[in-house]
Amino acid sequence: MAFSNGRLAGYDPQLTSGGPNAKLRAIDVTIHYWIERSNRPFLAVDRVMLDIQPGEFVSIVGPSGCGKTTFLNAVDGLLPITSGSLELNGQPIACPGPDRAMVFQQASLLPWRTVLGNVVYGLELQGRLRSRDRVQRARELIRLVGLAGFEDSFPTELSGGMQQRVNLARALATDPEMLLLDEPFAALDAQTREFMQRELLRIWGETRKTALFITHDIKEAVYLADRVMVFTRRPARVKACLEIDLPRPRELSIKRDQRFLEFEDEIWRSIEEEVRADAH
Amino acid sequence: MAFPQSARTATEDPRTPDVAAPVRIPGQPGPLKRYEGTLIGASAVLLFVGLWQLAAFRRVVPELFLPGPTDIANAFGAYVARGQIWPDMWASGQELIYGFGLSIVIGLPVGIAMGWYRRFNMALDPFVTFFYSIPRIALTPLLIIWFGIGINSKIAVVFLGAIFAIVINTAAGVRNLDPSLIKAARSFGASDAQLFRTIVLPGSVPFILTGLRLGLGHALTGVVVGELVAAQAGVGLMMATAGATFQTSKVFVGLVIVATAGMLLTYLIARVEQRFQSWKPSPQ
Repeated sequence: MAFSNGRLAGYDPQLTSGGPNAKLRAIDVTIHYWIERSNRPFLAVDRVMLDIQPGEFVSIVGPSGCGKTTFLNAVDGLLPITSGSLELNGQPIACPGPDRAMVFQQASLLPWRTVLGNVVYGLELQGRLRSRDRVQRARELIRLVGLAGFEDSFPTELSGGMQQRVNLARALATDPEMLLLDEPFAALDAQTREFMQRELLRIWGETRKTALFITHDIKEAVYLADRVMVFTRRPARVKACLEIDLPRPRELSIKRDQRFLEFEDEIWRSIEEEVRADAH
Repeated sequence: MAFPQSARTATEDPRTPDVAAPVRIPGQPGPLKRYEGTLIGASAVLLFVGLWQLAAFRRVVPELFLPGPTDIANAFGAYVARGQIWPDMWASGQELIYGFGLSIVIGLPVGIAMGWYRRFNMALDPFVTFFYSIPRIALTPLLIIWFGIGINSKIAVVFLGAIFAIVINTAAGVRNLDPSLIKAARSFGASDAQLFRTIVLPGSVPFILTGLRLGLGHALTGVVVGELVAAQAGVGLMMATAGATFQTSKVFVGLVIVATAGMLLTYLIARVEQRFQSWKPSPQ
């Protein structure tokens, strides 16, 4: 193995636990859900350990259908965990809260509301700010995601990439401490996708939110993150953890950089084992 | 100083596109496009009425079987002149408005609750399925025994006719809500009331309006058929009496009144539909 400096040495809890100040801490998180067809519980996430430092960008990659999204839903508080502990700022997560905001795989915009109405939506539900201030904040974020001039458009009038910008702006408008992103670019075409990745880094650079990004695209994970966690196929376990110490800001051209390719190769081999095991 | 400025540049420069013969851009509407539907529809109706009038004028069939448009207009004039039309319209109108109104007021909340609460749906579903599958108009004799021959029995007929279409469609609308929208709202901490107001209600509007349109058809049927069975006043009663005494033109007058009412109300619902669906992309 040409590339070996001890960064990817199986799962090393020392490497993922980052001291007492972690923003998000998952210890032995296990999640079951009930399969109605076979009428028994199904283990989706198995003893996941993970620490995320404030301001850190962490990507989780894994074979599709591995339980990454299930884990993210639990972090958002949409899904209860069976055992283990899942804490944000030292407080156990029980339900959705204004300290987290999710960017969904499908844009999930209300089709009967304009872009402005959709970006305001999260703040409105949380009953924060007076309505004039909400609108002002929403306008700022629409500008930040590069959609100035489209405030009064309806989602059906926007392209997929633009809809995902609205999705992102809606999450950022609530000013969460932590941004949860569930394969937000998976449905976009290849060019839009790359462009949106760069946009996300620019926006993240301006807001410096702690971010947890789920994807099955290895390049995307490496390009965006400070740290990439590899999940096994079902049930999801942490298989490996890789520190991505590429310099920031990162241009898209970094994807052709030798070190980038080495990171990608290493993760790819790790996932390949899982996919191959699954195919048999 | 022979030409105005613009005309001269146009003749001197053949590339000026706006004066040269205009190229028709594909998809660009022609001058009549907006009125195309109305024009074609109106011409077809006029042609039909003309042919009908011609057939009636030539007495192809006796007037007793097929009165012409002018015969119907005369009968309508007589109906108005004798003042009989107002109590009839008043009775039928009340039956329609109270019956249909009541079916909306009760049908919407019940439909929404059936769509949202699984167990409530389990409890009510057998009743709704039973009533929806029998011809409710057949209940009219029973309702007349219960509520008398006044307008109350007809209100009940209209109500039972319309409510199930409204309930079933509203429930389907709620069940068909995009789950990703509900997940997004929950993720932002939406309460049940907020979820209801911002997603359930606006999201099921298209289905609700379909239910209203179907319910309206049943309601009109209920008014007329209910009055045919037994009534003290109403357009349906008038038609029944006219039919029994071979006043064929007058039967047609009743038909025209019912059809006009139905078209007006359907138009109103369509307007509401437009108002709520301005966000939908145009069908082109």
